[in-house]
Amino acid sequence: MSRPQTMFEKIWNAHLICEDADGRSLLHVSRHLAHDGSWHAFTFLEARGLKLRRPDQMFATPDHGVSTLSHDLAQITDPDQIRVVRALDANAAKHGFTVFGLDDTRQGIIHVVGPEQGLTQPGLLIVCGDSHTSTHGALGALAFGIGASDVCHVLATQSIWQRRPRTLRITIDGRLPAGVTSKDVILAVIARIGANGATGHVIEYAGSAVRAMTMEQRLTLCNMSIEAGARAGLVAPDETTYAYLQGRPYAPKGEMWDQALAHWKTLPSDEGAVFDREEHFDAATLAPMVTWGNSPEEALPVTGHVPDPATIADSGRREAVESTLEYMGLQPGQALTDTAIDYVFIGSCTNGRIEDLRAAAAIARRGKVVVPAMISPGSTLVKLAAEAEGLHRVFIEAGFEWRESGCSMCVGMNGDVLGPGLRSASTTNRNFRGRQGRDSRTHLMSPAMAAAAALAGRIVDIRPLLEEA
Amino acid sequence: MQPFTTLDAVAVPLGIPNIDTDQIAPARFLRKSRADGFGQYLFHDQRWDPQGQVIDDFILNQPSSQGVGVLVTDRNFGCGSSREHAVWCLVDYGIRCVMAPSFGDIFYQNAINHGLLLIRQSETLCDALRAMLQRHPGARMQIDLAAQRFTDCEGGTHEFDIEDARKKRLLLGLDEIGLTLQYESEITAFETKFRASRPWLFAPR
Repeated sequence: MSRPQTMFEKIWNAHLICEDADGRSLLHVSRHLAHDGSWHAFTFLEARGLKLRRPDQMFATPDHGVSTLSHDLAQITDPDQIRVVRALDANAAKHGFTVFGLDDTRQGIIHVVGPEQGLTQPGLLIVCGDSHTSTHGALGALAFGIGASDVCHVLATQSIWQRRPRTLRITIDGRLPAGVTSKDVILAVIARIGANGATGHVIEYAGSAVRAMTMEQRLTLCNMSIEAGARAGLVAPDETTYAYLQGRPYAPKGEMWDQALAHWKTLPSDEGAVFDREEHFDAATLAPMVTWGNSPEEALPVTGHVPDPATIADSGRREAVESTLEYMGLQPGQALTDTAIDYVFIGSCTNGRIEDLRAAAAIARRGKVVVPAMISPGSTLVKLAAEAEGLHRVFIEAGFEWRESGCSMCVGMNGDVLGPGLRSASTTNRNFRGRQGRDSRTHLMSPAMAAAAALAGRIVDIRPLLEEA
Repeated sequence: MQPFTTLDAVAVPLGIPNIDTDQIAPARFLRKSRADGFGQYLFHDQRWDPQGQVIDDFILNQPSSQGVGVLVTDRNFGCGSSREHAVWCLVDYGIRCVMAPSFGDIFYQNAINHGLLLIRQSETLCDALRAMLQRHPGARMQIDLAAQRFTDCEGGTHEFDIEDARKKRLLLGLDEIGLTLQYESEITAFETKFRASRPWLFAPR
């Protein structure tokens, strides 16, 4: 009998074209996803006089630079952003790949659109010029982000050179308590293993808590694998995956569905497959998480207190925490729930899906915002679905701004930014310095926690609220 | 791509862990043209205040940092976003080598495409090298890629590891697409087989 294999090995081997003398692998890219930022790579491609090799394996939508006030191109005020959003359409027309443009209801953040359209499927090798490509691993695809030169390489050759990463299985067993979401799980994972804890690894998430997650929760989990340093995160496909995919526009149909399904069922890691590393978490012990610093690893349960540098023996570490607290405008040892906030953002490829909006709306219907708060659905179809359910009315009545879909304040490229020194409660993935605008201060948390912060004007624990319901 | 053989340049310590690519290349500059150069955007918001005044305290703004070619930093340098602009910022500014205990994976991959040498060293050695550079502001380091050796600013020599393929590409300034196109027949054969084995991916909708 052959050696038991991990799901990662199966997908890797199924895309292996050849290896070079130095042990690097040339891998076929089964689907290439792209966005307005792919403009640089097309510039490189054309400068070299090369053509797009496989237009039928490439799909794109503008997300990074688009306005959330309106999807009318004329609403984009930054000439650089207009140029690249236009260039995406022009490149699609010229090179023949599929684009879901600003006038198309299928537009959205590429990592929301891929699964939503059924483009993301188990067993594929997917790349995109964006680090949150790890999101697609939730369906059992090996998916990772690459830079512009490697995007150009994929355009020209439909392949990419990689060194085989190591494997890390993170097993999360048990039941998540009420008010604790997959966002809290991944923040707890990163807080424990560190922002470089999974560098050089592909993570496979396993365990009963992961099995019990919906597809959207798994997408949130895999999305932030990169924040632990991992290239990719994977969840084995199961009935949840198949039910999610069936009937989606690009999912196989009829006899093709049966063929695909038979293949997908061979993908999960074999019994006895060996991972290079293992980590275990008990779901029942987890709490809603909030970040206090400028790295996603600087996260604590909402009941926690900001570190006090005076208690840190190592001088380098102490100075780093002092500097972070100064940037973040926090007092040593203060309770996270004593933190007043200025702004709330709900959206992004991490937490901009319909279930995220439902969770936020369930809180929003209890009151009115006391600080400015914005919702940008992860895709135009998510926006339309939310409106069909009446969620937009809940948000608008509570005082939230109901915007169009895009990356918006997660990446801060489209003009949606915080002013200097302002503090956000945000459902995004990065609390880096300046990420949401120069000198902005970001606290990452789940959609319900962010909605509750909007109503209270400070960071709050949603668990007592949920008990009242 | 500019080859990397040897380097003799001013080395600057930057002792902060998790320096992300948003700090190296702030998002609002990502749509600028590559041809216009990205050196001006390197650590932009740490080099200039919101009014455009130079922040004297930031180490790259200090006179001793002029002519910088090497950064010695802390763990997980280049984490976060896949933006290759972070590499463009560094190389356009004149930085050809970064030493750290670890790097973000995507940044590590991007660096090779622009002749930026990344050297992984232990945390202990990186700490020691930064302490030396703090004692000798403006000091130089010498790096010899072929020999996989560098000399610190107090004359100590150290060896470093680098993958063979990476070393060769840096030394010769080889372009990856050019190399891959030599595998055209393997790629085509693979694609034919792959398309036949996964008809559902290619069936007309």
